[in-house]
Amino acid sequence: MDLLLTLDTGAGFWNPVFWVLGAAVAGVIALLLYSLGEKGYKKGTAQEAPFLSGNPEPEKGLVHVRSGNLYWGFLDAMEGYYRRLVPLHTGDLHDYVLWYMGMTALFLVVVVVFR
Amino acid sequence: MIPPFVVDNSPALMVIVPFVAAFIAPFAGRAAPAVRALVVGGAMAITSAITLILASDVYAHGTRLYVFGAQAATLAVPPDSGGIPVRIMFTVDPMSALMLVITAISAFAVVLYSLTSERHHSGLGSYYTLFLLMVTGILGMVSTGDIFNFFVFLEILSIASAGLIAFRIDGGVAVEAAIKYFVLSTIGALAILFAIGIYYGEYNALNMALIAQRIQFTLLDQLALVLIIAALAMKCGAVPMHFWTPDAYSMAPSSITALLVVASQASLYGLFRTVFSLYNITLNAACVGWLIIILGVLSMVVGVTMAIPQKNVKRLMAYHAISQTGYMLLGVGVGLAVLGNQPLLDAFGYMAMEGGIFHIINHAMYKGLLFLTAGAIFFRIGTYDLNRMGGLGHSMKWTMVFFIIGALAIAGIPPFNGFASKLMIYESVFAFNPVLSVIAMVVSILTLASFVKVFHSIFMGPVLPEYRDVREVPGPMLAGMGILALVVIVFGLFPSVVVETLVAPAAHALADQGMYIAAVIGGGA
Repeated sequence: MDLLLTLDTGAGFWNPVFWVLGAAVAGVIALLLYSLGEKGYKKGTAQEAPFLSGNPEPEKGLVHVRSGNLYWGFLDAMEGYYRRLVPLHTGDLHDYVLWYMGMTALFLVVVVVFR
Repeated sequence: MIPPFVVDNSPALMVIVPFVAAFIAPFAGRAAPAVRALVVGGAMAITSAITLILASDVYAHGTRLYVFGAQAATLAVPPDSGGIPVRIMFTVDPMSALMLVITAISAFAVVLYSLTSERHHSGLGSYYTLFLLMVTGILGMVSTGDIFNFFVFLEILSIASAGLIAFRIDGGVAVEAAIKYFVLSTIGALAILFAIGIYYGEYNALNMALIAQRIQFTLLDQLALVLIIAALAMKCGAVPMHFWTPDAYSMAPSSITALLVVASQASLYGLFRTVFSLYNITLNAACVGWLIIILGVLSMVVGVTMAIPQKNVKRLMAYHAISQTGYMLLGVGVGLAVLGNQPLLDAFGYMAMEGGIFHIINHAMYKGLLFLTAGAIFFRIGTYDLNRMGGLGHSMKWTMVFFIIGALAIAGIPPFNGFASKLMIYESVFAFNPVLSVIAMVVSILTLASFVKVFHSIFMGPVLPEYRDVREVPGPMLAGMGILALVVIVFGLFPSVVVETLVAPAAHALADQGMYIAAVIGGGA
């Protein structure tokens, strides 16, 4: 067994221990950069408030972006794909059985033809 | 230290203990819920320990043969049987041992979690009976060397699973999901039984090694192969026979869903066992290999793209389970496609199989973990609807940490275990067909995107007024999730150890039909 615990992946390799060490070094560098940041920042003051162009800030519970609003653009761009794919999921057991039977028949044709 | 009786009889004990405990549990519950918890928890701990003892014995000493009712446990072929192994036997090779390890870890974590997560529900006597029967079914399926016995354990598993999917009733929706699962499982089991009848009629045998030795790949054998492949591909949730999966996974209690993942993988094991150990190079490996690869690619793509628009966290995770099954089918399918071509098998075939098989164990751990985190959230807020969640990271920090570990692992982010197995699949499949590898990588990106959405929806944002009083889940539930999270991290940090110790022997055992036959017909390894 490799003492460095390197995984041979065929064309390459993967060593998570080195990766974690590298990530730790990157983290230290990030902390150093962070420590060079603005020292005059005052927590809990108006400096924390978002700039909303003079509009009143809504209640925090009202500004959470809910799941239904996420990836709207992706779903809209892929509308043609989803228009065909989603209706196949009818929830009807008859359809489930038909798909299964159909695939069994298809497998049989493929296996027998290419025997 | 371990009594020789336990080691020698571990194949039988690992199914007997949960089977007997399944029927003791309801009576124990009549005495007191604590007694039932003790019986169930104790039985599962003993089962897991015996299972791990057996697996380690197999990895140390090679394939284990256990013949029920024989004078000697390894006496596969009685002297007066005409060379036919007539008794039911368990043939536990490294591939079976890997599945045993998966089941032992997952089932123990799940029972630990269930003892708390289900404590307020009624009908727990039935719940634990069915749970332990599920474990019995899975352990039997992945250990048996007798194809009819495989069918019996598959039926035990299916019936118990259907009962548990319907457990919460949920206005009849859970029952509907269970009926769908049960009808499809029964039709699939009938197909498998028909295939077994074909083998028995043709070869006068039910022992898998003997059938493998005699198989001719006649037209009837081709029919039997198709019946088994289709049934088990449906059972493991391969697209386009996956429709039952989101229904059943989302309606079952989350702890059961975690075990259903393992159950699906037992079906996947049956599929791989059939094509490799039963048929091997007698079939057109390239043709059947590509069939499995296409199923894998369809599962990956359709699974992940159907996951993204889901609003119910468990349905979303169920579609991801389908998608991840695609990786396993892809990896092992590539290995099958080049079976018989030794240079290609050595160049990338074994690596693809190892990647696919490594992904089986990884997936069982991180997907089980993710389903348990979904259950933890339901335990506290009573909904799976992502649109009604938010800000739970403030109050359920440990659950959030476990979710992050599972989500990063499933998305293939280093250094978690999903990355290692996916990397093996990417590289080996790239050598076979680069397009397939690119598809697999794109699916990983979409998986990450999907789980970013889930993470944001559940845990991020301000504390919502309706969840102001939400607390972290109790310790035993955290412990159940913690076990799986620990395995995800350890397997991710030391993948080479896992691959060399557990995965590579499993892949080679699967590909080497001669070794499987010799272990039985030769009278034991």
